[in-house]
Amino acid sequence: MREKINIKNLHKSFSKLPVLKGIDLTIHEGEVVCIIGPSGSGKSTLLRCVNKLETVTDGEIIVDGCIITDKHTNINKVRENIGMVFQSFNLFAHLTVKKNIMLAPVDLKKMTKSEAAEKAIELLKQVGLEDKADSYPHELSGGQKQRVAIARSLAMQPDIMLFDEPTSALDPEMIGEVLQVMKQLATDGMTMVVVTHEMGFARDVADRVIFMSDGMIVEEAPPAELFSNPQEPRTKEFLARVLQDLGLQV
Amino acid sequence: MDFLTTINEATPLLLQGLKITVMISVMSIVIGIVIGFFSCLLGLSKYRPLRAISGVYVWIVRGTPMIVQAFIVYFGFPQLIQMLTPDFRLSAFTAGLITLSLNAGAYLSEVFRGGIAAVDKGQAEAARSLGLNSSQTMIKVVLPQAIKIAIPSMVNQFIIIVKDTSILSVIGLADLVNKAKVYVGASYQFFATYILVAVYYLVIISALMLISKYVEKKFNYERKDKY
Ligand SMILES: Nc1ncnc2c1ncn2[C@@H]1O[C@H](COP(=O)(O)OP(=O)(O)OP(=O)(O)O)[C@@H](O)[C@H]1O
Ligand SMILES: [Mg+2]
Repeated sequence: MREKINIKNLHKSFSKLPVLKGIDLTIHEGEVVCIIGPSGSGKSTLLRCVNKLETVTDGEIIVDGCIITDKHTNINKVRENIGMVFQSFNLFAHLTVKKNIMLAPVDLKKMTKSEAAEKAIELLKQVGLEDKADSYPHELSGGQKQRVAIARSLAMQPDIMLFDEPTSALDPEMIGEVLQVMKQLATDGMTMVVVTHEMGFARDVADRVIFMSDGMIVEEAPPAELFSNPQEPRTKEFLARVLQDLGLQV
Repeated sequence: MDFLTTINEATPLLLQGLKITVMISVMSIVIGIVIGFFSCLLGLSKYRPLRAISGVYVWIVRGTPMIVQAFIVYFGFPQLIQMLTPDFRLSAFTAGLITLSLNAGAYLSEVFRGGIAAVDKGQAEAARSLGLNSSQTMIKVVLPQAIKIAIPSMVNQFIIIVKDTSILSVIGLADLVNKAKVYVGASYQFFATYILVAVYYLVIISALMLISKYVEKKFNYERKDKY
């Protein structure tokens, strides 16, 4: 399989505070990688470095053959092929659902207006929201917003999708509908990097689970292995705590 | 003389003043919006010298009384320029317009900056993550929302501009207040005349508020939700 994302010795500090301390990670075409780990361990920062929403302090990131850490690379072109879904949805508040989806493809001259409109409807069908095309974001539930946000990213026809805790801001009864859309994407062969606390999703969908702690990758393995037989003490401790929390919730 | 007679007598004169007040207000609001917009863009630039230009401009305007600015523009600059071209003159209207526009520009620059800063950062991040460059992001995503946020403070600023025109009567601008002074000087009808002037200002500003309510409605795509 082709390499899609190649991260070499990535370091990132926020004004002296080191947040990522030497990350090496390769993600292949069609792979679904879930990143788990305690709060503050640098999961979001790692994801945001991949599409250069954060500038890296040191190291190299290659996406689809483009060295995005090189300042001569046109990052906007690279980003067209990397979709990103945020915890807080970030739908454009002043635009209808349909226009949210159409904005980038039309503005970046990837499609004409009518092509984009058609694509928007098709994508809304795919996420089960074709009747919301003319609604504004504030008229949608959290789960609906997140499904629109996914559709908006897909409109650019990316071949990589990044998800940063896409269900963390949702009421429990809405998590399923979003995970369902993501599952379908995975089945369709999308390359996905998902930061998540949904251990069930990671277990069912991921090809590989990465456990991060304190700015480093502590352990990575296929989900069955990592969840049932973690090697590192920090992984064990984290999993025990998370699974216990789940137990208490039920 | 009773109130009605005063109104009858003073009205023609006051209407002349009213015309000047409205004209200079509207013109400096329009020019001020343009200046304010560019000053705000300079202030957001990644180049330090450009940011400094905007910062110094706003600092000077905010840090000095408008009456002093008006004196500098009306009396000071002509004196300077007359050293080169001796018969240079600046009318009170032009000087007033320059002063008021520069004032409006500085305050509106701050209003716009505040509006942009109030747009959730995630909006721009989402736009950038789709591949839009920084100006596309600004024009298509941030500004439409920033303007909506800024409308109430903009209107507030417009109202201040209208009222501030009255200060310019000290350099001889033939505005509403100036004309009222002229009439009062001859008739001694202080109460009736100034009540009438107050009513005129109330009418102009109420009209402004009505227009802005309408504009605000046009921009109202959401009510309370954050995302
Ligand atoms: N823009 C920033 N400026 C300064 N510090 C930051 C910034 N963004 C993140 N950090 C810091 O970097 C560290 C890692 O943050 P990050 O958001 O990547 O963690 P995370 O693993 O995603 O946590 P969570 O599970 O809570 O989302 C934290 O200590 C955080 O305070
Ligand atoms: Mg995070």
